[in-house]
Amino acid sequence: MFSYIARRLLVAIPTLLILIVLSAVLMHAAPGGPFNSERKLSPEVIANLTAKYGLDQPLWYQIWAYIRDLVLHFDFGPSFKYKDRTVNDIIAQGFPVTLKYGFWSFIIATVLGIVAGVVAAINHNKATDYLVLTIAIVGAVLPGYVLAPIMVLFFTLYLGWLPGGGWEDGEWRYLVMPVLALATGYIASIARLMRSSMLETLNSNFVRTARAKGLPEWKVITGHVMKPALLPILSYLGPVFVGMVTGSVVIDMYFSTGGIGKSFVDSALNRDYSVMLGITLLVGALTILFNLIVDVLYAFIDPKIRY
Amino acid sequence: MVSAQMRAGDLSGITDNFEIKGRSLWADARKRFMANKAAVASLFILIAIALFSILGEPLAAWTHEEIDFDLIGSVETKGMPSFENGHYFGTDDLARDLFARSAQGTRISLMVGFVGTFIAVLVGTVYGAVAGYVGGRTDAVMMRIVDILSAIPYMFVLILLLVMFGRSMFMIFVGIGMLSWLGMARIVRGQTLSLKHKEYIEAARASGVSSWMIILRHILPNLMGVVTVYTTLLIPDMIMAESFISFLGLGVQEPLTSLGALIAEGAKSIVQGSLWQLYFPLAFFVVTLYAFYFVGDGLRDALDPKDR
Amino acid sequence: MKKQLLLSTVLAFGLTGSAFAATVDPADTLAETQSFSFWLLDSIVTLDPQLIESVEDSDVARQLFEGLYTESAAGDLIPAGALEYTVSDDKLTYTFKLRPEAKWSNGDPVTANDYVYAWQRLVDPATASSYSWYMELMQIENATAAIAGEKPPTDLAVKAVDDLTLEVKLIQPLPYFVKMLVHASVLPTHKATIDAHGQSWTDPGKLVGNGAYTLTEHKPGEKAVVTRNPMYWNNAATVMETGVFLTVNDENIAFTRYEAGELDLVGIPTGMYPELKASRPDEANSAPRACTYYYLMNMDPEKGVEALKNVNVRRALSFAIDRNIITDKILESGQIPAYTLTPAAMAGFTVPPVDYAGMTQEARVAEAIRLLTEAGFTTENPLKLTLNYNTSEGHKSIAVAVQQFYKAVGVELTLNNMEWQVHSDIMHERTYEMARSAWCGDYNEASTFLDLFTSSSGFNDVAYANADYDKLMADSKTMADPQANYTMAEELLAKDMPIIPIYHYTSSRMLKTDIKGYPQQNVFGNWYLKELYRATK
Repeated sequence: MFSYIARRLLVAIPTLLILIVLSAVLMHAAPGGPFNSERKLSPEVIANLTAKYGLDQPLWYQIWAYIRDLVLHFDFGPSFKYKDRTVNDIIAQGFPVTLKYGFWSFIIATVLGIVAGVVAAINHNKATDYLVLTIAIVGAVLPGYVLAPIMVLFFTLYLGWLPGGGWEDGEWRYLVMPVLALATGYIASIARLMRSSMLETLNSNFVRTARAKGLPEWKVITGHVMKPALLPILSYLGPVFVGMVTGSVVIDMYFSTGGIGKSFVDSALNRDYSVMLGITLLVGALTILFNLIVDVLYAFIDPKIRY
Repeated sequence: MVSAQMRAGDLSGITDNFEIKGRSLWADARKRFMANKAAVASLFILIAIALFSILGEPLAAWTHEEIDFDLIGSVETKGMPSFENGHYFGTDDLARDLFARSAQGTRISLMVGFVGTFIAVLVGTVYGAVAGYVGGRTDAVMMRIVDILSAIPYMFVLILLLVMFGRSMFMIFVGIGMLSWLGMARIVRGQTLSLKHKEYIEAARASGVSSWMIILRHILPNLMGVVTVYTTLLIPDMIMAESFISFLGLGVQEPLTSLGALIAEGAKSIVQGSLWQLYFPLAFFVVTLYAFYFVGDGLRDALDPKDR
Repeated sequence: MKKQLLLSTVLAFGLTGSAFAATVDPADTLAETQSFSFWLLDSIVTLDPQLIESVEDSDVARQLFEGLYTESAAGDLIPAGALEYTVSDDKLTYTFKLRPEAKWSNGDPVTANDYVYAWQRLVDPATASSYSWYMELMQIENATAAIAGEKPPTDLAVKAVDDLTLEVKLIQPLPYFVKMLVHASVLPTHKATIDAHGQSWTDPGKLVGNGAYTLTEHKPGEKAVVTRNPMYWNNAATVMETGVFLTVNDENIAFTRYEAGELDLVGIPTGMYPELKASRPDEANSAPRACTYYYLMNMDPEKGVEALKNVNVRRALSFAIDRNIITDKILESGQIPAYTLTPAAMAGFTVPPVDYAGMTQEARVAEAIRLLTEAGFTTENPLKLTLNYNTSEGHKSIAVAVQQFYKAVGVELTLNNMEWQVHSDIMHERTYEMARSAWCGDYNEASTFLDLFTSSSGFNDVAYANADYDKLMADSKTMADPQANYTMAEELLAKDMPIIPIYHYTSSRMLKTDIKGYPQQNVFGNWYLKELYRATK
């Protein structure tokens, strides 16, 4: 098992390197530079700017310098757009925010999603099933940019219960709406997945055997059905977590949370190469890490899998 | 967004059934699908929506791009749905007919769903089948590439592609499609691996049939079941991805629109009070995706009789 | 608008302090909590005055730093860091007497050297400021050479004669030189702080400023908080204790948060102004801004469009646009239809009555059709053009409407929306056909607009070259009253039509009724927190 983890982590290094090169090449191929402004800047000013940020060097050298600073100093470089901040600053400020509401959304989505899925599956083809399924699908397809303004209107303006935005270091009143808005879509997906996985397990032979032995239904479910039914959910959770961390641009935009989701989209639109690369790398590393965690957990749960 | 790995779990059983039952499977599957009322109803709803998207504009009193100069500037008070002025769904903020725009937007969204999925399925199937069939070092390299590509944040690449090659419908199709073939490739590779040691493949190989022929004639047809189910499940993802792109302002060019763009515009009306601008496109969006999910679930159940 | 505040013109050369801080109306009683919360659409990019490019960053920086002069609501200068100035007879040397009691927030006195440092820093290639050209615009000696790295920044002709005397040398007389001193780029900065902290000197706790407030909190994308600076020379007259700048990326959410009482000032979402003005006239306000929205037509000799090199086609394209529909029916916030480049809001500028402004829209459309037919374009053989515009709801609406206006005169316009970085690149490269653009004045004088289209201007993305125009603008620099030349320049623009002016901006905002002293009429949206106070309701 340990050699397996070590091997996977080792493979992650070239993967991330390739990710850096690929992203850098892609970014520099995109039209428009980071220093465009309303006024056409004089060649001297452009030269000063490109020299300051090392963009006058050949691309391979820029990539090499980037990797060197990253490895030696854990330095992601300066932001081209946010000129008094470094990429390290931006990540250090935004990532904990995103992580915090992402984490709570993840917990809520997983718990509620699984519960809803189980309830639907147990009541297969009954009214409850269809109700859960309907809510789940509507929740899954309702875009965040529709949900968020409705929530602000309702909780902030009509009820006056919650502040309409801001973060305040994640105080709970500021956390509620971002978490709910982000979790909604995932609750739905997890519920659907859990439902179909439950149904499949409920029909399998070993469950029939368990029933035939005369076990009460709740014991069949808790003792025999839950664990195998959770397996497909597990493999879905890695991407969900990463998706919550990265897919938070709508949350950051509507609730002014200051997370990295907005920084990420902005960096792509501003051609803020270093910020874009830094966040891509962070998310890439997270993806690899979570896929690994999921695979390891899998091995613990499913005795058929051996590494 | 639902991930590929989740589907891998969902779809196990399907290929096996194909093998055992041979050709009669499609007939069986159709029968089972027809017995699933929710799925059949959804299929009819989808057909109705598709018809609306094609015929809606010719039937409308206005085109999707015309501005009603009688209403512009007073949309909040006069732009609501009305049969008198021909705006059955009301107008948008620029006094353009929402009936025509909803029809045209639905068409774009459906096209993105189908074309994007088609590209994803085509690339993913071929890639996965080749990797799985050839195996060995080629397989390892090809799958490592898939792993690396899937570590790149999806939206980042899509945004970059859209700015790099300019904004066009083609780019949205290709961009969205290209980013979703990874999951397809993994699944197809897995299925191919299990297929390739079956006796009839061995037999074909022994009688000197070329690898390409074997992939084309024997492997791919046997993957049809997985591919069909995956396709229906992928379409809603594509439509949702497009709506997010539209929200970021990187969607199709005006005066064309998509459901995502219409909803993003309509979301403003939550504060401003012209709610019909949100209701109609959102209803089409939700119902379309809803129907695709049910058809997808129905197809999976139909093609994987183990559940019954 | 100008007459209400004549008082400040008098003050501009007076020496008293308290009068230009918050002036509390005797009828008002002060509220217990003196706090003001202001809406920012985007997160703060930088608070370093020499690096600032955006209006919003300037809104924050103006509270943290104080330049030589500030501006009243009407656009008149108010001495701030400077007490007074003298100009040499050749109008090339300006000498500023600085305020002796001015202090930095750490207690250091503000000296002439601080200005010298900041201005040299602006042109220093190592700073790589994208606003360094502002020093060139100010005509300061050696600015161009310093930016190009040909001379050291210390050669910039800004000198501290003594601690309280600043001397600036220009290369040519510039009547509005002093007006340019209100801009954020020329705010003084504290050398010791920048040397000590480097790039991160603008963090709360590190930032040392000379403004009425200090930065106490900054969470990018969320909010920034400024608190009253006890070291400020006129702190006694400040009433507002704190200012909160909240970033909300969506104007509708911002409006909801205003309604919920979280924001005191917010921009009015497009389309809502008429209704709010009618129902809540005390809160809703719209005032002209020093900005003009226009379309560019590329007539570059090589990369331009052949048809657009024909002046009649350009005029037809301008005539066909119904500006009143755009301002009254689409934007709906009191915007002013534009037929000239320079807005009437510019101080001392009278909009000349250019020929086509006086025509009815029917007459303009008829003329457009006639001109196009003459140029060989008819509905059978339509003129086909592509319009580029950057992503924004407003740009989109106008482009969609223009497409319909053009359809009526037989021009087929294809819309091409792209994001800003690509859009600006293509404009500067001159590889477009038509493009949306706009300009907001940097200082309160018409030349900030008219200089844009001289043949050597860095902003002339249409390749307009008219020697007469260049000469009019060059001559205007030394004229006591350049209005005559500006009138002729605008008439030339109307005749040659290198761009299509569409409308002049307004700022439309909702302001809570208990906030007093906000300069609604300032055409740059310049406001100073130290002048505001909150009254009891």
